[in-house]
This record gives sequence, C-alpha cells and structure tokens, in this order.
Amino acid sequence: MGGLQKKKYERGSATNYITRNKARKKLQLSLADFRRLCILKGIYPHEPKHKKKVNKGSTAPRTFYLLKDIRFLLHEPIVRKFREYKVFVRKLRKAYGKAEWTAVERLRDNKPGYKLDHIIKERYPTFIDALRDIDDALSMCFLFSTFARTGKCHVQTITLCRRLTVEWMNYVVTSRSLRKVFISIKGIYYQAEVLGQLITWLVPYQFAHDHPTDVDYRVMATFTEMYTTLFGFINFRLYQTLNLVYPPKKLSALSASLARVVATAEEEEENQLDQFPADGEDLENMEAREKEQKEQEAQNRLFEGLKFFLNREVPRESLAFILRCFGAEVSWDKSLCIGGTYNVTDETITHQIVDRPDIDKQYINRYYIQPQWVFDSVNAKMRLPVEDYFLGVTLPPHLSPFVEEKDGDYVPPEKLKLMALQRGEKHVQEEEEDDDDDDDDEEYNDEVDDEDLTEEKNLKKMEDQRSQGKTLAVKVTPGKVKPWETGSVGNKVRLEKEEKAEEKRLAIMMMKKKEKYLYDKIMFGKKRTTREANKLAAKRKAHEDTSKAEKKQKKAKKQ
Amino acid sequence: PLFIPLAQSDMKDYKHLDIRNTVGNVPMEWYQDYPHIGYNLDGKKIFKPIRNKDELDEFLDKMENPDYWRTVHDKTTASDIRLTDEQVDLVHRLQKGQFGDVNFNEYEPSVDFFTNEVMIHPVTNRPQDKRSFIPSLIEKEKVSKLVHAIKMGWIKPRKPKETTPQYYDLWAKEDPNAILGRHKMHVPAPKMRLPGHEESYNPPPEYLLTEEERLVWEQQDAEDRKLPFLPQKHSCLRAVPAFSRFIHERFERCLDLYLCPRQRKMRVNVNPEDLIPKLPKPKDLQPFPTTMSLVYRGHTSLVRSISASPTGQWLVSGSDDFTVRFWEVNTGRCMKTLEVGGAVKSVAWNPNPAVCLVAVCFERTVLLLNPSLGDRLVVSSTDQLITAYEPPEEDKEQAVTWALSEGLEHNMGHRLTLTHPKAVKQVVWHGKGDYLSSVMPDNSSNLQVLIHQVSKRRTQNPFRKNKGLVQCVSFHPLRPYFFVATQRYVRVYNLIKQELTKKLMTNCKWISSMAIHPGGDNLICGSYDCRLAWFDLDLSTKPYKMLRHHKKALRGVAYHRNYPLFASGADDGSVIVCHGMVYNDLLQNPLIVPVKVLKGHQITHDLGVLDVTFHPTQPWVFSSGADTTIRLFT
Repeated sequence: MGGLQKKKYERGSATNYITRNKARKKLQLSLADFRRLCILKGIYPHEPKHKKKVNKGSTAPRTFYLLKDIRFLLHEPIVRKFREYKVFVRKLRKAYGKAEWTAVERLRDNKPGYKLDHIIKERYPTFIDALRDIDDALSMCFLFSTFARTGKCHVQTITLCRRLTVEWMNYVVTSRSLRKVFISIKGIYYQAEVLGQLITWLVPYQFAHDHPTDVDYRVMATFTEMYTTLFGFINFRLYQTLNLVYPPKKLSALSASLARVVATAEEEEENQLDQFPADGEDLENMEAREKEQKEQEAQNRLFEGLKFFLNREVPRESLAFILRCFGAEVSWDKSLCIGGTYNVTDETITHQIVDRPDIDKQYINRYYIQPQWVFDSVNAKMRLPVEDYFLGVTLPPHLSPFVEEKDGDYVPPEKLKLMALQRGEKHVQEEEEDDDDDDDDEEYNDEVDDEDLTEEKNLKKMEDQRSQGKTLAVKVTPGKVKPWETGSVGNKVRLEKEEKAEEKRLAIMMMKKKEKYLYDKIMFGKKRTTREANKLAAKRKAHEDTSKAEKKQKKAKKQ
Repeated sequence: PLFIPLAQSDMKDYKHLDIRNTVGNVPMEWYQDYPHIGYNLDGKKIFKPIRNKDELDEFLDKMENPDYWRTVHDKTTASDIRLTDEQVDLVHRLQKGQFGDVNFNEYEPSVDFFTNEVMIHPVTNRPQDKRSFIPSLIEKEKVSKLVHAIKMGWIKPRKPKETTPQYYDLWAKEDPNAILGRHKMHVPAPKMRLPGHEESYNPPPEYLLTEEERLVWEQQDAEDRKLPFLPQKHSCLRAVPAFSRFIHERFERCLDLYLCPRQRKMRVNVNPEDLIPKLPKPKDLQPFPTTMSLVYRGHTSLVRSISASPTGQWLVSGSDDFTVRFWEVNTGRCMKTLEVGGAVKSVAWNPNPAVCLVAVCFERTVLLLNPSLGDRLVVSSTDQLITAYEPPEEDKEQAVTWALSEGLEHNMGHRLTLTHPKAVKQVVWHGKGDYLSSVMPDNSSNLQVLIHQVSKRRTQNPFRKNKGLVQCVSFHPLRPYFFVATQRYVRVYNLIKQELTKKLMTNCKWISSMAIHPGGDNLICGSYDCRLAWFDLDLSTKPYKMLRHHKKALRGVAYHRNYPLFASGADDGSVIVCHGMVYNDLLQNPLIVPVKVLKGHQITHDLGVLDVTFHPTQPWVFSSGADTTIRLFT
C-alpha cells in the first residue's frame, strides 16, 4: 500500500462552503458593502447538511455561504461601482473641508451611480420568476410610500414608491385581478391573481409611523432600492400586456380609470376559453375550469352597476381600490381629496359607506353600511345581505379568506353559515336546533359512559368478594364473555368496528422502527390539531352559553 | 426712590430725568440677586422698585388703566413706559411693513449714476495700459495647468446625461434556458405566512385569548410565543389603531431574506395509513385463542411455572407458596395439591404420553412426581419403569444424588429425588421423555447444566467450560441438539459430536426465555428488554425478526405443537398470540402476524404474566401470573 495520506477537509462539502468573514476578505469589501451586495444580488447563507464536516470538525456556530455564490460575486461590476462611490465620498469630503466649491460642484456633477437592471435580469431570468417574487417588494413599497419625510430615507424613494404602488393598484383595477382582501390588526391584506400567480401584499393603516430605534433603515433602504427597480420593470411589462403606455400620466386618486373602455371590452374576449373536443378526464377538467372561469367572471362583476359614496372617516384609498376592482363607481367628498366625481346629494347613489354610529341626514334610496360589508362580500364572492352591516349594528366577525380548512380543522360557525349561504341555502333558526341536537348527543354519550362504568364496578365488586372469600380458596370462574360477542344484532356494527380497530392496532405493532417513528409523529401532529380544534370549539361554546345567559337575564329583567 | 409711576409723571419730567442704564445689552438675570439693576450715567446705582407687581396688580392695572395697551415694560430700568402717540404710530407703520419715516418716499424715480447708453468718447482720456495688449501670464499658467490635467486624464469632461428611460421592457428577450449554474442550488425564500382568523380586526370570539392565556402570552419569551401578536377585537374599522410592530416585522423579514441560512427540507408527505403494513387479517388465520374462558384459582403466591400433560387433560403449576397443583383443564378442578419444601421454580410434564411423570424443581432439588392422574395403566407402567432400575456394577461418582422415595412420600406421588449441589432454576424434558436437563445458574463454575437420564439414573455435565450465566436450556425436538441460552447468546450444541454448531446473536441485553419450533428450524427468544427475537436457524445467526410488542420485560414464550402459533407473556400483564407460519419451502421466509392481545392478569409487584404454555392439541393458551391465578384463553 502506498500513496499519500488523504488530508481531512480538503474534499467534499468542506470545500463547497465558505464562512462569512472569509468571503468578505476574499471580496475585499467592508461589512456594510458586503451586506449591500448580498441583498442586491440575492445571496444568502446556506445551511450545510453536515455542519461539523463543513466547519472542519468544530461545532462553533457560523454562517456559511456557498463558495460558488461568492465566486460569482467576484466579477460583479457593481463592486467596482461601490469602490468608486467610496472614493467620490472621500473626495467630496476633502473638497468641502478645503471650501473648494467649484471642486464640490464638479464632483457632484460627476457623481458615480449604478444601475441594477442587469442584476434584476440575472436574478429573474423570466418575467414569471420576477412576478412570483414580488410579494415582499409590494409590501415594502407600500410601507415606504406611507413614510413621512422624516429623513429616514430619501424623499425621492418615498415618491417613487408612492408612484409605483399607485401604478400597481391601477393595473390591478384595470385587469380586475383582485381576489381576496382581509382587514387584520396589522393592516389590510390584498391578494391578486396576476398572470396566474397569486400575489399577496400588506398595506399598513394610514397613520404616522412611530419609527423604532432598533431598526437599521439602511438595510431596508437597500432592499427598497432593489425592489423599486424590480417593481418598475414589472409594472412596465404589466402595462404592456394591457396595451397601455408606461409610465401613465396623472394617477393619484384612483378615481379615473386607465382605460375603461379597453379593459371591459377586451377582457371578455380574452377570457373566453377555446373549446376543443376532448374526452374522459380532460373533459372533466375542462368543465371544472370553465366553471371556475365563470365564477371568476361573476366575481369580477360583483359590484357592477352600484354607486358608492365614501364617507370622510373610512379609509378612502383602500375602499376605492377594492370597489373599483369589482366594477363599482366610487366617489367621495370633494374637500377630502381630489377626484371625487359626484356629491353626497347624488340621488343615484346606491350605497354609502359609513363608519360612525349614526348619521344625521339619511337618504331613503340608499343603504348606509359599514366598510366591512365590502370586504366580506369580496371574500364571499357574492353580495352579502346588508342587514348585518347597517349603521350601529354589531358586526359579524371578519374571517380570514386565506384559511383553507382541511378535515379535522376547526371551522368557525360563521364560516359554515357563509358556506351554506354560498350554496344558496336559507339559514333561518337553524342555530337553535343545532344546539339542541348537540345537547342530546352529549347526554347520550354520558349515559353510555355511565353504563360502562357501572358494569366495571359490579365486576370489580364481584371479584373482590371472590378474593376475600377464603373458604373458597380453590375456585374456577368462567372468564367473561363480553355481551356483544354473543352476536346480538344491535351490537354487530360496534363489534365490526372494534375488530377493525384491533386489526389496526396489531398491524401497527408489526411496523418497522423507522416507519413507526414517522407514523407516531404524524399521529401526534394530527392529535394536536384536533386538540386545538376542540379547544376552540369549547371556547366558542362557553362564549355562546354566557351570551345566551346574559340575554335571558335581560329578558327576565324586562319582564 | 427713582421709581416714578408713569401715569403721573409728565413727559418733561421723564425726559429730564435720564434714568438710562449703562450696563449695556446684558441679560438682566445677572442682577437677580442684587438690590440694584445697573448704573446710571453718573455711575450711581439704579435700584430696583421696592415692590414688584404681582399678577393681581397687573390685572387691576389692565382693568383700570386706560393706557395699559400702550404701556411697555423696560427690563433695563424695571419701569413701565407709556408710549407716546408718535411712538405708537411708528409701531403701527412697522407692523404694516412700511418705512419708519413718514416722509420717506419709496417710489422715487431711480436715476442711474452712469448712463447706460454707449458714448463715443471715453470718460477719461487716459491711454490704455500695455498689459491690456499682452496675454496674461497667470491665465496662461492656469490654462496650461488645465490642459495638462486634461491630457493626464485628471479632469474628465462632464458625463453625458443618460438617455435610456428608467424602466423598459427588461424581459423582451427572455430566455428560460439562461439560468445560471448557481440557480441549481437556489433555495427560494418561503413566502410570508398568510394571516389566519386570529389576526382579523374583528375575529370570532373563540380566537381571542382568555385572561390566563394572555398572562401566559405576556410572560413568554418572544421566540416561544405561538402567536407573535395578541388577537384583538375592535367594534369598527375606525377604532383600529396602527400596528406598532409593523416596521419591525418588515425589517425582520428583510433580515430573514438576506441573513437566514437556507436549507431545502423534504417534507414527508405520506398518508399515515399507507405506512401500516398490509398483513393478512387475523380472522383468516384462525384458530387462535381469543377469549379468557377459565381462571384457575387456588395458589396463594405467584405462579412461576405451568406445564400441560401430553394428552392435554391435565395441567401442573408450581408456585412460590411451596405447592404444586394439578388441575383438570376442562373443568378447572384442582385435582391435587402437593406441598414441597420450597418455592417451585419450574415444573415440566414428561412429553412422552406413555409415561406419567412430572419434574418439579425447587431450591436444590429436582423432584420427579407421578401424579397418578389419567390412565391407570400408564400410571402403573410409570411406576414399574422407575422400580425396574438396576444399579450398574461399578458405581460412578455423580454430580447429583438420586434417591428413591418411599413410604409417605411415595404415597404422595414422589418417585425420585435428585439433590443438586446448587439451586436449580429450570427443568426441561427431552422429547422422548427419558432425558431431563436441569439448570443451575452460576457465573463462576462450569457446572451449570446437567443432563439426567431417568431410566439409568445417570447424570452428565455436558460442558467443561463456563461460557456465561446460563438462563435456560432446551432440547431440539427431533435431532440431538441442545440449546443453551446465556445472557446474550444462544449456543446450539450437537450432543453426539459434542461440539458447538451455532452461536446465535440475539441483540438482546438479557434473555429470559426461549422456545423451539416443533419443526426444529426456528427459535424464539424473549428478553427482559421487552423484545422477542425470532431466529431462522437455516437463515442466519442473527434474528430474522425482532418484535417489540410488549411494553415491559418478557417472562415466557411458547410455541404451539401443531398450530402455527406462538405466544409471549410479559410484565405488562398481557399475552400476545402471534401467527408464526413456517413453510417447508426453504425459499419462503416465515410469516409472522400478531393476531391477539390477551389481557386478564393483574399486575402485582410490577410482575404480570410469568409463564405461558400452549395446550398440546387445542389452540388454547395457558398463562400464569403474579396475581396467583392461571388463566386459560380459548
């Protein structure tokens, strides 16, 4: 045997990874620049499969980058731009110090800048890739567009973000692609389906921000820089798909449509599915898809023909956006913002959205409703009955449209009601009946339990007696034959069930160790979900009981 | 004394009395602690007024004094000055933004000092300087410096303005194949979690936290919390406040995106039902015992060992209460009770149906009993067999002493007594019924296993070496093999060739019991670490299957003689009956299916079932337990 002894950590995964400090040294960048580069280029640490191997035997916590990623950064042109900028700052500072104003001016004129176009193209080779990753960009831009000019970021960034978000909203309105909305305590969530991609974003409420001190705004600004570039390109492309010019002119109030005529006429044509003769499964699929398409169209026309007026206290932009996405006409008070097209006094208004307990002057021919009606209707894909949302009425709970309950999960009763409503069933006085049924069931269960218990007790007693009776030291007792095993007709189902359960138990005993572990884990998870669901159900029941009791008390008091 | 109330003083007096302060424009607070406030022109102190006006004075003054509005307080002299009419006018003019001087006319026509028209004659007649004809040296130097700088590339021409628009169709020529190599390792960041009902501004009441839950939530660390926020209910949209951690959450997302190490994790997406192995239904594998049909009571202490007679009519049990009991299986009657002089460790019925003998071991004795049950002919022939013994000519020294019982003991059923040098733990019969083996576990000697021949009253010690603490032994049902189980291994010896043929690795910590399949090619081993190992002797020396069915230590295992069944009893009080089919075809592995879990024994002193044995002909299983009972499952 010969040959050199192979050294450890010179092959395999140890050579594929590099620690952050080493990467920084290799790139000759400061930590801030390295961070910026990573953000812009989308480089992130990787968690190696065998950390100890990669860490050369040490178990110290380290972050690892892929060596390939870092090599790929080595010849990134933007690194040079960073260095140029550093030099520029140094020169400028010097010129300021010497009060050489001409030099300052000259330097300012030649300020080095960089473009991120090539990075965007490289990170997202296709448009769909970019669209898939736009969630964070949208949320970030919507956040930045609400910032005041407090010096946390450049004013240009704020205005650019505002512009881009308004453009985006106009695109969504024009393409009628909004699907779900949700008022959360954090802000308002929107979900749109753009070119087949579900895009969700969160918009904060319109309040001044209490800027936290423990947040590094430079990181956020770098992200925003990248996101605005990406977002602009995506907007351009989206406007192009609608045959619209980008950048559009004068978009601020979301009142005027971009191309009202174009959109309505064209979309219908576009949405017609081509009919091909197909058979079997394809046909079924086609039918399902067609049905879906129809539903979608119906949802898009949800508010068509309605005329809304927004009161002063409701969030104007969000409501106008949602309503216009579903074909309604919207206006607001002229003093509030430009773009209101008609007045409160307009007799053709069908709905007025009000968020105050009462209003002085009411018109008879319009509904006065709370804003939640709009959100709930959009999520339900139908115009919900307005009675629950009148002024001063206690609103029904607002449910998240993003929750998809699997079997075994807890479904709030409001959702069940809504689903029944969607199916077209009338839901009157069913609640009480349901409750009664529940009670009966429980009682029945209790009885059964009691029976079992008593039986067991009797048996135990008998056994005790037997063991105590010392005169009969030697005794033979026949073993118990359970009553259902004698084959009475009523217990056949139960017997069968038990047999099945036992079979399963025995089969589980024969599982391999690995599979048993996995099985136990899955079953544990399932049990946990059911436990949580039960907990929620119990809480709900307790709440309903207390509210019922309160009602009864009130009634009693009245009488 | 210098304080003069202004209302009374007339103008002349005031002008005459020049009380200007000479300290200059200094903060008057500097004089706070002094009685004077400065110095007049003569260098005399100006004293502060004796009494400062308080608020009430001020108010009275305001109400009563008609000139209050034109009174101004002079800090430097600490006196009030009433403004004259001219002064008031001046103030008004200044307030309006007019000039202070009434007579100043701001709109006078402007007249240039020099005319703007070019005249043909110079203003002065001075001839021009020479330097105005010669190019400037300084300028030349400056220009040459600039030229040099341009040549050297120090000064660059101003960059041309970018003409390309900020945004354009970036993906005009998109090429899905132009994916870089690094994209193969790319792990896209997971999307933000979508909000559930609990995040709603108006959630259903069950999603709100109760008071206790809220307290728990507040005390938890931020990382341990299940929800990162407290669910809240607002009566209307107007009442919803700004979310204070909004920027934080966005920032944390940013950090996650560029700092969090990513790893692709495969989520196991299996239906748990698919994991359960598809086994033949127990129903199809009948017969096997399913119900507890008889309980044999009578012992007063734990029943260590049981054994069924080869005809299946009788059952013998040995207990810690120093008795051996004989039961009729079908009726459960206790036919006989024999007191012996110690806790019975093991009983074994002679498997030969022509002989009616039971071996019982307690302390250092192995007792051969004739219970006198069943066929009288068999009973008498057994007695004859024992009495027919003729001692050999040369008396060899034996490890045990054989003693024939007589008199009272004989009447009780005792036939032969084998007194061992050490405590005996187990007795086992050979299938033919002539040979008998006893185990005396002892770690330090080679005298642990003895094989006795009843007909010749001879005893042998088959092993010369100590290979570990022997737990149990067994004879091969057909061939001259002998199985010895030590703590961790089972050794198979060939008795004729007198050699070790196989050593089975059980992978157990401590073997408790062992049983051989009637076919002789398979073996099961129960162990105190809750496992049951099935060996296929033809296949390997390692277990063909390890069964971890019991929750506690196994105490007894048994095979059925005719049916493909085996059973195991453990300290968890259950007997598990399994279908264990062995095929004649060597290519087919044995089929093992658990068919029934039999429960009935109560756990006393952490002991459950101590021994199990099958009925020789019926698919019935007996089990004896620490709860002093024996149970029959049919």
